Amino acid sequence: MTAVELALPTTTSQDRDHPVQPRSDRGAWKRRAPLLPALVFTIAVTQVPFLLTVFYSFQSWNLVRPGSQHFVGLRNYVDVFADSQFRGAMLNTVVLTVVCVLVAMLLGLGLALLLDRAFLGRGVVRTLLITPFLILPAAGALLWKTTMFDPTYGLLNFVLGGETDWLSEFPLASVMAQVVWQWTPFMMLLILAGLQSQSKEVLEAAQVDGAGRWRTFASITLPQLSRFLQLAALLGAIYVVNSFDAIFLMTQGGPGTASTNLPYYIYQRAFEGFDIGQSSAMGVIVVILTMIVSTFTLRLMFRAFDVSGGVR
Amino acid sequence: MTASTASTASAASTALTEDPPRARGRRGRAGRAALTTLTWVVAVLFVFPLVWMVLTSFKQEADAYTDPPRLFFTPTLDQFARVLDRGFLPYLGNSAFVTVLSTLFVLLLGVPAAYALSLAPVRGTSNALGFFLSTKMLPIVAAIIPLYVIAQNVQLLDNVWALVVLYTAMNLPLAIWMMRSFFLEVPKEVIEAGQMDGARLPTLLLRVVLPVVAPGIAATALICVIFSWTEFFYAVNLTSARAGSVPVFLVGFITSEGLYWAQLSAAALLASLPVVIVGWIAQNYLVRGLSMGAVK
Repeated sequence: MTAVELALPTTTSQDRDHPVQPRSDRGAWKRRAPLLPALVFTIAVTQVPFLLTVFYSFQSWNLVRPGSQHFVGLRNYVDVFADSQFRGAMLNTVVLTVVCVLVAMLLGLGLALLLDRAFLGRGVVRTLLITPFLILPAAGALLWKTTMFDPTYGLLNFVLGGETDWLSEFPLASVMAQVVWQWTPFMMLLILAGLQSQSKEVLEAAQVDGAGRWRTFASITLPQLSRFLQLAALLGAIYVVNSFDAIFLMTQGGPGTASTNLPYYIYQRAFEGFDIGQSSAMGVIVVILTMIVSTFTLRLMFRAFDVSGGVR
Repeated sequence: MTASTASTASAASTALTEDPPRARGRRGRAGRAALTTLTWVVAVLFVFPLVWMVLTSFKQEADAYTDPPRLFFTPTLDQFARVLDRGFLPYLGNSAFVTVLSTLFVLLLGVPAAYALSLAPVRGTSNALGFFLSTKMLPIVAAIIPLYVIAQNVQLLDNVWALVVLYTAMNLPLAIWMMRSFFLEVPKEVIEAGQMDGARLPTLLLRVVLPVVAPGIAATALICVIFSWTEFFYAVNLTSARAGSVPVFLVGFITSEGLYWAQLSAAALLASLPVVIVGWIAQNYLVRGLSMGAVK
């Protein structure tokens, strides 16, 4: 009985006016109880490893030489900043993320607009279009590497002619093509959701007022779509920035380091170079950079979804 | 072929859409037919790599490597048999185990959290939400080294439970965000009415709240299933022959005796099929979940 009263503010007039305010400290803790398991679990599994990464980043530690672990201060960081391959990988990560998210969003917008009307087989077309998002990224990557990009037997050269070795001549672009293909359906679904949540009355009113199709799109549809576009960009970026499968399976970061991004480079340093200290330092730098970017995007997200109020 | 599709399509689309007050006439009809044709052409081109994968999986290897590529051939199930011979099923079992358990754990931890952050909010709600989302921003590479070392020390390397724990943590933040937006849709009046009738909290949650949020929870679970099934980075770094999930099985194709395209296609198809089918069936849930409940 007490639980009901504490959890769901009701009856008294005071409570109705300020339903969010907890009544007492004890009550607040009772209300927090359902949140705690998730919170504790998330902290344990995501924050503790990260703290260890910070600790490792001040150590010199090679996995294949037991007992080599010792404190070296900031030397790993100095080495990482002097490493031109790290800077190259950073640049590749930025290019990969920005280009893939933008292109996938534009393609997704185009497809969503094509789908946002009644036509024969609409359900089938939508089903077809979401499939690249549902298949294993690893399967998609291997598929593109072989049946699409192969210089001799690949479909791309069959259609375009020539003997272009896509993966060695345009490694990053080839990887991006695959990533865009994988993420376009995701963008399309989200944007389509936005298009379909528009009110029909407003659109009709615009038409009655004589607004052209383009005008309606630019001044009614796009603003309405903006929070969906933001959500799509944010979620897309979170996943694309961590792209690993496509690079690991298609180019192995090569030729040379032409298509190496940060996740792949750190993986190489840690699991092929066994240099725990330096790869941890890289991890820490990546986290700091991501934090700077994400503070900015989180703020966008909060504005778009009006979180601060707690209750709608 | 195209012309006939287009004309039937235009007929159907005129029947389906309510035309705006001004009738568009012949030009509008032709325009719509063209648009429908374009949509179909784009869709088919877009999924062609997958169509090709399906075709290739029914080929003999000799038919897979031809110049020009071969569209017609004698179909065979040999490649699927070979994939099973290579020991595909244990990987499939691992994937199923990890996906189902991690999704269950996400719901067990996530539903109460989403409830606390929506229907019974406390001070610091937005901080908690921000914290959960910010963990998604931590690049997973930054954690993989300590995770590897820890897993090694507690004998969880190449163990399915390592993936269960990590996938739960990976999906939990997004799931809480999604489910919170579904909980917010529960009308306050409904809950208050239930309380007037003197219902206790568990009864209230079970009878009043759950029916409203159930589709949202299903949508969230579906998205967790997709992300767990397709996860690659943790799987490749922390598991191998014993606890490997289906993506790890696919990696075997590049590291061993070169690439067999037909066999690879069959493996890729089998590995993807469970989630593709689930996703196809539950498309609307997918949209619902991804748009955080904005579309019903």
